[in-house]
Amino acid sequence: MRIKVQEAPFDLGAETEAFADAVDGAGAVVTFTGVVREADTGAMAAMEIEHYPGMTQKALEKIASEAMTRWDLADALVIHRHGRLVPGDRIMMVATAARHRKEAFEAAEFLMDYLKSRAPFWKKEILKGGEAEWVAAKDADEDALKRW
Amino acid sequence: MDILYFAWVRERIGLPRETLDTSAVTVRELVEELRAREPRYEAAFADVSALRVALDQELSDFDASLKGVREVAFFPPMTGG
Repeated sequence: MRIKVQEAPFDLGAETEAFADAVDGAGAVVTFTGVVREADTGAMAAMEIEHYPGMTQKALEKIASEAMTRWDLADALVIHRHGRLVPGDRIMMVATAARHRKEAFEAAEFLMDYLKSRAPFWKKEILKGGEAEWVAAKDADEDALKRW
Repeated sequence: MDILYFAWVRERIGLPRETLDTSAVTVRELVEELRAREPRYEAAFADVSALRVALDQELSDFDASLKGVREVAFFPPMTGG
Protein backbone atom coordinates (compact mmCIF):
# COMPACT_ATOMS: atom_id res chain seq x y z
CA MET A 1 0.00 0.00 0.00
CA ARG A 2 1.41 3.34 -0.98
CA ILE A 3 0.06 6.84 -0.36
CA LYS A 4 1.59 9.91 -1.95
CA VAL A 5 0.47 13.48 -1.30
CA GLN A 6 2.38 15.87 -3.48
CA GLU A 7 2.32 19.18 -5.30
CA ALA A 8 4.26 17.91 -8.32
CA PRO A 9 2.63 16.18 -11.29
CA PHE A 10 2.86 12.39 -11.44
CA ASP A 11 3.60 10.14 -14.38
CA LEU A 12 0.41 8.12 -14.86
CA GLY A 13 2.02 5.53 -17.14
CA ALA A 14 5.07 4.96 -14.97
CA GLU A 15 3.02 4.78 -11.77
CA THR A 16 0.57 2.30 -13.29
CA GLU A 17 3.32 0.14 -14.68
CA ALA A 18 5.33 0.12 -11.45
CA PHE A 19 2.18 -0.76 -9.51
CA ALA A 20 1.19 -3.59 -11.85
CA ASP A 21 4.74 -4.95 -11.94
CA ALA A 22 4.97 -5.15 -8.17
CA VAL A 23 1.84 -7.19 -7.47
CA ASP A 24 2.01 -10.95 -7.27
CA GLY A 25 -0.94 -13.25 -7.68
CA ALA A 26 -3.38 -10.54 -8.75
CA GLY A 27 -5.54 -11.20 -11.78
CA ALA A 28 -6.87 -7.65 -11.98
CA VAL A 29 -5.42 -4.16 -11.75
CA VAL A 30 -7.83 -1.23 -11.87
CA THR A 31 -6.78 2.42 -12.06
CA PHE A 32 -8.80 5.59 -11.86
CA THR A 33 -7.45 9.04 -12.70
CA GLY A 34 -9.11 12.31 -11.73
CA VAL A 35 -8.61 15.26 -14.10
CA VAL A 36 -9.34 18.96 -13.54
CA ARG A 37 -12.51 19.48 -15.54
CA GLU A 38 -13.12 22.64 -17.53
CA ALA A 39 -16.19 24.49 -16.19
CA ASP A 40 -19.31 24.32 -18.39
CA THR A 41 -18.93 28.04 -19.03
CA GLY A 42 -15.28 27.65 -20.00
CA ALA A 43 -14.50 30.36 -17.46
CA MET A 44 -12.20 28.45 -15.14
CA ALA A 45 -8.54 29.48 -15.18
CA ALA A 46 -7.23 27.25 -12.41
CA MET A 47 -8.10 25.08 -9.47
CA GLU A 48 -6.35 25.50 -6.13
CA ILE A 49 -6.32 22.51 -3.83
CA GLU A 50 -5.68 23.12 -0.17
CA HIS A 51 -5.08 20.30 2.29
CA TYR A 52 -4.37 19.64 5.95
CA PRO A 53 -0.78 18.38 5.88
CA GLY A 54 -0.81 16.73 9.30
CA MET A 55 -3.99 14.82 8.64
CA THR A 56 -4.01 14.04 4.91
CA GLN A 57 -1.53 11.17 4.92
CA LYS A 58 -3.17 9.54 7.94
CA ALA A 59 -6.68 9.90 6.53
CA LEU A 60 -5.65 8.38 3.21
CA GLU A 61 -3.83 5.52 4.93
CA LYS A 62 -6.93 4.74 6.95
CA ILE A 63 -9.15 4.71 3.85
CA ALA A 64 -6.70 2.57 1.88
CA SER A 65 -6.21 0.11 4.78
CA GLU A 66 -9.96 -0.34 4.98
CA ALA A 67 -10.08 -1.13 1.25
CA MET A 68 -7.14 -3.56 1.56
CA THR A 69 -8.96 -5.50 4.24
CA ARG A 70 -12.48 -5.46 2.84
CA TRP A 71 -11.54 -6.63 -0.64
CA ASP A 72 -8.46 -8.63 0.31
CA LEU A 73 -6.38 -6.56 -2.11
CA ALA A 74 -2.90 -7.52 -3.20
CA ASP A 75 -2.02 -3.81 -3.17
CA ALA A 76 -3.43 -0.30 -3.35
CA LEU A 77 -1.99 3.03 -4.46
CA VAL A 78 -3.30 6.56 -3.90
CA ILE A 79 -1.65 9.67 -5.30
CA HIS A 80 -3.30 13.04 -4.62
CA ARG A 81 -1.97 16.43 -5.60
CA HIS A 82 -2.43 19.81 -3.97
CA GLY A 83 -1.56 23.36 -5.00
CA ARG A 84 -2.49 25.15 -8.20
CA LEU A 85 -3.69 23.07 -11.18
CA VAL A 86 -5.22 24.02 -14.53
CA PRO A 87 -7.97 22.30 -16.55
CA GLY A 88 -6.64 19.08 -18.06
CA ASP A 89 -4.14 18.48 -15.23
CA ARG A 90 -4.34 15.17 -13.42
CA ILE A 91 -5.33 15.71 -9.79
CA MET A 92 -5.14 12.22 -8.43
CA MET A 93 -5.08 8.52 -9.15
CA VAL A 94 -5.92 5.31 -7.36
CA ALA A 95 -4.87 1.81 -8.31
CA THR A 96 -6.07 -1.45 -6.84
CA ALA A 97 -4.91 -5.00 -7.43
CA ALA A 98 -7.00 -8.04 -6.53
CA ARG A 99 -7.42 -11.66 -7.58
CA HIS A 100 -10.53 -10.80 -9.61
CA ARG A 101 -11.79 -7.69 -11.36
CA LYS A 102 -14.96 -7.31 -9.28
CA GLU A 103 -12.95 -6.76 -6.09
CA ALA A 104 -10.50 -4.45 -7.85
CA PHE A 105 -13.28 -2.28 -9.34
CA GLU A 106 -15.30 -2.15 -6.13
CA ALA A 107 -12.29 -1.27 -4.02
CA ALA A 108 -11.34 1.52 -6.45
CA GLU A 109 -14.88 2.94 -6.25
CA PHE A 110 -14.80 2.72 -2.48
CA LEU A 111 -11.47 4.59 -2.43
CA MET A 112 -12.88 7.31 -4.69
CA ASP A 113 -16.07 7.71 -2.67
CA TYR A 114 -14.11 8.09 0.55
CA LEU A 115 -11.45 10.36 -0.95
CA LYS A 116 -14.21 12.75 -2.02
CA SER A 117 -15.70 13.22 1.42
CA ARG A 118 -13.23 11.97 4.06
CA ALA A 119 -9.81 13.14 2.89
CA PRO A 120 -8.98 16.69 4.01
CA PHE A 121 -8.74 18.47 0.64
CA TRP A 122 -10.62 21.58 -0.40
CA LYS A 123 -10.94 22.76 -3.98
CA LYS A 124 -11.24 26.36 -5.05
CA GLU A 125 -12.05 27.39 -8.61
CA ILE A 126 -10.26 30.46 -9.89
CA LEU A 127 -12.17 32.05 -12.77
CA LYS A 128 -10.58 33.84 -15.69
CA GLY A 129 -11.92 37.18 -14.43
CA GLY A 130 -10.01 36.62 -11.18
CA GLU A 131 -12.97 35.73 -8.95
CA ALA A 132 -12.60 32.61 -6.87
CA GLU A 133 -15.11 30.21 -5.41
CA TRP A 134 -14.80 27.27 -3.04
CA VAL A 135 -16.27 24.11 -4.48
CA ALA A 136 -19.19 23.02 -2.26
CA ALA A 137 -19.43 19.40 -1.17
CA LYS A 138 -22.35 17.62 -2.82
CA ASP A 139 -25.01 15.74 -0.86
CA ALA A 140 -24.67 13.00 -3.47
CA ASP A 141 -21.03 12.51 -2.48
CA GLU A 142 -21.96 12.09 1.17
CA ASP A 143 -24.82 9.75 0.19
CA ALA A 144 -22.40 7.66 -1.88
CA LEU A 145 -20.70 6.53 1.35
CA LYS A 146 -23.87 4.84 2.58
CA ARG A 147 -23.64 2.04 0.07
CA TRP A 148 -20.42 0.80 1.69
CA MET B 1 -4.26 24.27 22.32
CA ASP B 2 -3.59 24.83 18.62
CA ILE B 3 -6.60 25.82 16.54
CA LEU B 4 -6.34 25.39 12.76
CA TYR B 5 -8.64 26.74 10.06
CA PHE B 6 -8.92 25.62 6.45
CA ALA B 7 -10.55 26.79 3.20
CA TRP B 8 -13.25 29.44 3.65
CA VAL B 9 -13.12 29.14 7.43
CA ARG B 10 -9.48 30.25 7.25
CA GLU B 11 -10.39 33.07 4.86
CA ARG B 12 -13.24 34.37 7.02
CA ILE B 13 -11.19 34.34 10.19
CA GLY B 14 -8.14 35.66 8.39
CA LEU B 15 -5.52 33.31 9.77
CA PRO B 16 -4.53 29.67 9.32
CA ARG B 17 -3.80 28.83 12.96
CA GLU B 18 -3.54 30.23 16.43
CA THR B 19 -2.80 29.05 19.93
CA LEU B 20 -5.43 29.45 22.58
CA ASP B 21 -5.76 28.87 26.31
CA THR B 22 -9.27 27.65 26.84
CA SER B 23 -11.32 26.05 29.57
CA ALA B 24 -13.87 24.74 27.06
CA VAL B 25 -14.82 21.14 27.82
CA THR B 26 -16.34 20.26 24.44
CA VAL B 27 -15.84 21.40 20.86
CA ARG B 28 -19.21 23.16 21.01
CA GLU B 29 -18.08 25.21 24.01
CA LEU B 30 -14.89 26.13 22.19
CA VAL B 31 -16.95 27.28 19.20
CA GLU B 32 -19.12 29.45 21.47
CA GLU B 33 -16.00 30.95 22.99
CA LEU B 34 -14.56 31.75 19.56
CA ARG B 35 -17.85 33.16 18.26
CA ALA B 36 -18.00 35.60 21.12
CA ARG B 37 -14.58 37.03 20.31
CA GLU B 38 -15.06 39.05 17.12
CA PRO B 39 -17.46 39.35 14.17
CA ARG B 40 -15.09 37.47 11.85
CA TYR B 41 -15.34 34.41 14.13
CA GLU B 42 -19.09 34.82 14.33
CA ALA B 43 -19.14 34.89 10.51
CA ALA B 44 -17.09 31.71 10.28
CA PHE B 45 -19.02 29.77 12.93
CA ALA B 46 -22.54 31.09 12.26
CA ASP B 47 -23.72 27.71 11.02
CA VAL B 48 -21.79 24.82 12.55
CA SER B 49 -23.81 22.31 10.51
CA ALA B 50 -21.77 23.61 7.53
CA LEU B 51 -18.53 22.79 9.35
CA ARG B 52 -16.48 19.74 10.23
CA VAL B 53 -14.00 19.34 13.05
CA ALA B 54 -10.92 17.21 13.54
CA LEU B 55 -9.31 16.56 16.93
CA ASP B 56 -5.63 15.70 16.81
CA GLN B 57 -6.02 15.08 13.07
CA GLU B 58 -8.94 12.64 13.35
CA LEU B 59 -12.45 13.56 12.24
CA SER B 60 -14.69 14.12 15.24
CA ASP B 61 -17.90 15.93 16.14
CA PHE B 62 -19.00 19.05 17.98
CA ASP B 63 -20.09 17.19 21.11
CA ALA B 64 -16.69 15.56 21.56
CA SER B 65 -14.61 16.23 24.66
CA LEU B 66 -11.45 18.33 24.36
CA LYS B 67 -9.76 16.49 27.20
CA GLY B 68 -6.14 15.81 26.27
CA VAL B 69 -6.60 17.28 22.80
CA ARG B 70 -3.71 19.34 21.47
CA GLU B 71 -4.89 20.29 18.00
CA VAL B 72 -8.38 21.26 16.86
CA ALA B 73 -9.10 21.94 13.18
CA PHE B 74 -12.22 23.52 11.70
CA PHE B 75 -13.08 23.28 8.02
CA PRO B 76 -15.93 22.95 5.54
CA PRO B 77 -16.98 19.52 4.22
CA MET B 78 -14.08 18.06 2.28
CA THR B 79 -13.89 18.04 -1.50
CA GLY B 80 -11.13 15.63 -2.42
CA GLY B 81 -10.84 13.28 -5.32
